[in-house]
Amino acid sequence: MSNAVLSIRGVSRTFPAAHDGGAPTIALESTTLDAAENDFVTILGPSGCGKSTLLRIVAGLDEPSSGAVLLDGKRVVGPGADRGMVFQSYTLFPWLTVRDNICFGLRERGVPVREQLDIAQSFITRVGLKGFENHFPKQLSGGMQQRTALARALANSPRMLLMDEPFGALDHQTREQMQELLLGIWESEQKTVLFVTHDIDEAIFMGSRAMVMSARPGRIKFEREVPFAHPRHYSIKTSSEFVALKAELTEQVRAEVLASVLASVSATV
Amino acid sequence: MTPLKAVSPRARVLLGISFFVLFVAVWAAVTFSGFVSTIFLADTIMIVQSGWKLLAQMGFAKDIGITMWRVFGGFAIAAVLAVPLGVAMGAYKPIEAFFEPFVSFARYLPASAFIPLLILWAGIGEAQKLSLIFIGSFFQLVLMIAVVVGNTRRDLVEAAYTLGCGDTGIVRRVLIPNAAPEIAEILRMVLGWAWTYVIVAELIGASSGIGHMITDSQALLATDQIIFGIIVIGLIGLVSDLAFKRVNQRLYPWARL
Repeated sequence: MSNAVLSIRGVSRTFPAAHDGGAPTIALESTTLDAAENDFVTILGPSGCGKSTLLRIVAGLDEPSSGAVLLDGKRVVGPGADRGMVFQSYTLFPWLTVRDNICFGLRERGVPVREQLDIAQSFITRVGLKGFENHFPKQLSGGMQQRTALARALANSPRMLLMDEPFGALDHQTREQMQELLLGIWESEQKTVLFVTHDIDEAIFMGSRAMVMSARPGRIKFEREVPFAHPRHYSIKTSSEFVALKAELTEQVRAEVLASVLASVSATV
Repeated sequence: MTPLKAVSPRARVLLGISFFVLFVAVWAAVTFSGFVSTIFLADTIMIVQSGWKLLAQMGFAKDIGITMWRVFGGFAIAAVLAVPLGVAMGAYKPIEAFFEPFVSFARYLPASAFIPLLILWAGIGEAQKLSLIFIGSFFQLVLMIAVVVGNTRRDLVEAAYTLGCGDTGIVRRVLIPNAAPEIAEILRMVLGWAWTYVIVAELIGASSGIGHMITDSQALLATDQIIFGIIVIGLIGLVSDLAFKRVNQRLYPWARL
């Protein structure tokens, strides 16, 4: 595919044995995946299936043992501002205010201060943090911290957005709110997104394509287009189409969770 | 009392002061009652009197000034060199591998044991005092700062990389600001140690300073003057510590949240 923004070509990752004589861990089997312009790809899988490893490799924070990641046809060799990332853990810089956190990447690029503040202000408004510009991260709730993290990644206008279970640590209500917020931004902004989650509802509601990864060693074993039109309203979560797709994906994920449990049992026997 | 329950600032100050009061009261009790002879432990009134005499007639204020300048001078030299080296070691593992074993070794060299050598090398002037304080604080500072910088949360570093930071940007914009409050705390703590080194240096070879006054008083068996000198050191330590704390809180309000 030549029009792919992101092209993951046969990427695998093997971690060396933790101790001498141990077997190396294959975290990720050869994985190939293309994401087109404005694709919202969600990746589901049991914990420890290598989905975060895949995302970290795309971010350039980890190196593949084989294969390559191409962004706009250019090989990824390390982390860069063209791939913004939102982590599951709260990674705002605690010494910077909300505004300065959002300006972090802009300042690194040497954007004039006036312009930095304008951009930051517009994203602060977009993620609903008006009035909290001068708060430090520790003064914010988890949801607000992740909104700031999202604004910080978007303010840098990256080519694509990588999200590693960004709402995983939030309570259910906040998570749904965040999903709608992100979806709204994606619908207006248009961005290529790779979104890792273990929440099936989230994967369907957010994604234009949902993928399921197998138990370790991970690989993409199942893929579905998500047919719902945009803008999506949260009420689609109860539509029969949504429920049917959810049932199908649940089946797929469940099989992998069971497989990973079996694998760990047989490994200990 | 409930474990870990906070106490109000007012109560904290009052409790802190009341122990001082209690301490002085017990001291006054054992000395005025004759339980302890004033040859060994001067009573509280003698201390105040001799303190006044020292300050008003014997130019003790000058000694205090000299000792303070030695402490802050030696400590400033140590800090100016230790902070960049510590940051470099914490940030860059090859630099750490190069210096760390030697610094760990040097840290265990007792600074006071260098006094004979330092007198030989630098005489009994200011250079000797400053070098002793330097030896006593530099290596400790370097190691502790390196650890603090090296312990920066990896996910913060990774987040900065995905925001376009380069390697020097990580040091400048993540490692240093992240470690700054703790580095300031380390400086505050080691400044306290510098006070012990300066007095040791002054006890052994000096013609001025608080430690020198104490050795002089020893020859005269003037326990009141010795104790007054010790109290002055304690008070200066307390005040500089409080000032340091205040400055840290001002500079790094986020660290206390």
